[in-house]
Amino acid sequence: MSAIPADFSGFIVIVKRDCETCQLIAPVLQTLAATGNCLIYSQDDPAFLPGIPSVRDDRELDVSYRLAIEIVPTIIRADAGVESQRLVGWRRDDWRTLTNNPGLGAGIAAFRPGCGSKSVDPGMPEKLAYKFGDTQVKARRIEVAPLQDEHELAFERGWSDGLPVVPPTEERVLRMLAGTTRAPQEIVGVIPPDFAPCSVEKVAINAVMAGCKPAYLPVVLAAVEAASRDEFCMHGVLATTYFAAPIVIVNGPVAREIGMNSAHNVLGQGNRANATIGRALQLVIRNVGGGKPGGVDRATLGQPGKIGFCFAEREQDSYWESLAVERGFAPDQSTVTLFAGGGVHVVGDQKSREPESLTRSLAALLRGLHHPKLYGGPDALLVISPEHMRVFREAGWSKARFREALADSLTMDGRRILAGKDGIAEGLPERAAGERLSKFREGGLQIVHAGGGAGMWSAAILGWAASGAKGSVPVTVPVKS
Amino acid sequence: MTILLDPTSESQPAQRQGLSRPQSLAGKRVALLDISKPRGDVFLDQLEAKLGSLGVATLRYQKPTFARVAPAELRGRIISECDLVIEALAD
Repeated sequence: MSAIPADFSGFIVIVKRDCETCQLIAPVLQTLAATGNCLIYSQDDPAFLPGIPSVRDDRELDVSYRLAIEIVPTIIRADAGVESQRLVGWRRDDWRTLTNNPGLGAGIAAFRPGCGSKSVDPGMPEKLAYKFGDTQVKARRIEVAPLQDEHELAFERGWSDGLPVVPPTEERVLRMLAGTTRAPQEIVGVIPPDFAPCSVEKVAINAVMAGCKPAYLPVVLAAVEAASRDEFCMHGVLATTYFAAPIVIVNGPVAREIGMNSAHNVLGQGNRANATIGRALQLVIRNVGGGKPGGVDRATLGQPGKIGFCFAEREQDSYWESLAVERGFAPDQSTVTLFAGGGVHVVGDQKSREPESLTRSLAALLRGLHHPKLYGGPDALLVISPEHMRVFREAGWSKARFREALADSLTMDGRRILAGKDGIAEGLPERAAGERLSKFREGGLQIVHAGGGAGMWSAAILGWAASGAKGSVPVTVPVKS
Repeated sequence: MTILLDPTSESQPAQRQGLSRPQSLAGKRVALLDISKPRGDVFLDQLEAKLGSLGVATLRYQKPTFARVAPAELRGRIISECDLVIEALAD
């Protein structure tokens, strides 16, 4: 609703006492008030112009918000209820022209800049938007009693993953929603295990709680969208007794734009975007989907990454095409890839300087994942460090050539891994005796480049036991603004 | 006063009361559901033989994968064709 009265023709001036320019132009305001067609609003003290009893009270900032005032004084000319012109601050000549009053402001300084409007004080735009605007936010509002601790309330209501959450106040959620152009009520996906429709607004609330900045929201939304795709099988990833959880890998320009870490300690702590994006996804699954440990989450042991596991690929100096490019996206397209993964396993090889040797080292680690005598089970995600990448770069090995050599080293004669062999009951059934078996299903090994510049260590992240069509496959979705 | 926005779906998933157990299997048809985990068939084969020897009618069903909930069509078939279900839950 417009703050200009219908059919009003004249001037509207917004001022505040706590502004020297507003005080300076008191005689001007007196002149305008005397014309009878000027509405003057004060943001802090309607009585601060004693000679003008008709000053209106805008301490609630309703009028200032609706008129989008950023500076005081602001003068607006209205014709038949519609704004036709506005000036901010005090510039005598302009005010004279606008009001068609050649003597206006005689005797006072010709120019003074204005002050900030109270309606744009830090945090105020969101407060006012909630109070007076149409935010389209529909979530249930929960009042926190004056002596109640909002952090404890979040724990008591079961919203937390065990760590404190940022209280999702209306203002914080509105600021978060400013991180996307998508409408708050747009449905991003249906979240298991309750298969609850999840709106942009609900994602934003959980992103606030996780500690995200608004600029991260498009990445969180993409992650939620990926998790709700049928082929990712989030219900099973949650319900399994295995270690798997959604791991978020970010590719493309957005990673740099929001300051994600793809270098030192890339899989560790310390970077806000890495730490909070993965956490936001897990909070959505917990709070919107209803997936909680001991409930539908039946993990036997779990793993620390279930708090949230997110990182960016180190693309800027990679010799190989990125994960997203391998999966069919352009290098300048920002994407999120979700991989159902468990813990981090290490391969430390400081001696290999030839790609053949290093490939065999990496294969030795990968063959041992899950169980050295089980093949065709979980997928894996291989994280190649820069120093290991250097070995392949110096030898001119493309990613495709590495994959080919690795596949050779990941093939096993079934006879060597039969059940009972080597005194271990676990293993393959007798019918596998004559077969050559691959450790991973076709398309079941993802490869990314990440990590700090020093250290001849790479890592493998174990996938879910039910990888592939019967369970989960990695899902890549573009990040939308 | 601080106002927080509810991060949950604001809905309660349906809670269903389990049916009471039948006093007898006489005249009942029993669905034997394999969820596609290893050796589920071994377990169900034995149950099928045991129930058959008691004169209880059984029908076999299988989920496409244990990793996903049973498709609605499969649940509908079991409901319309049988009175009871025995599920081979895990390997």
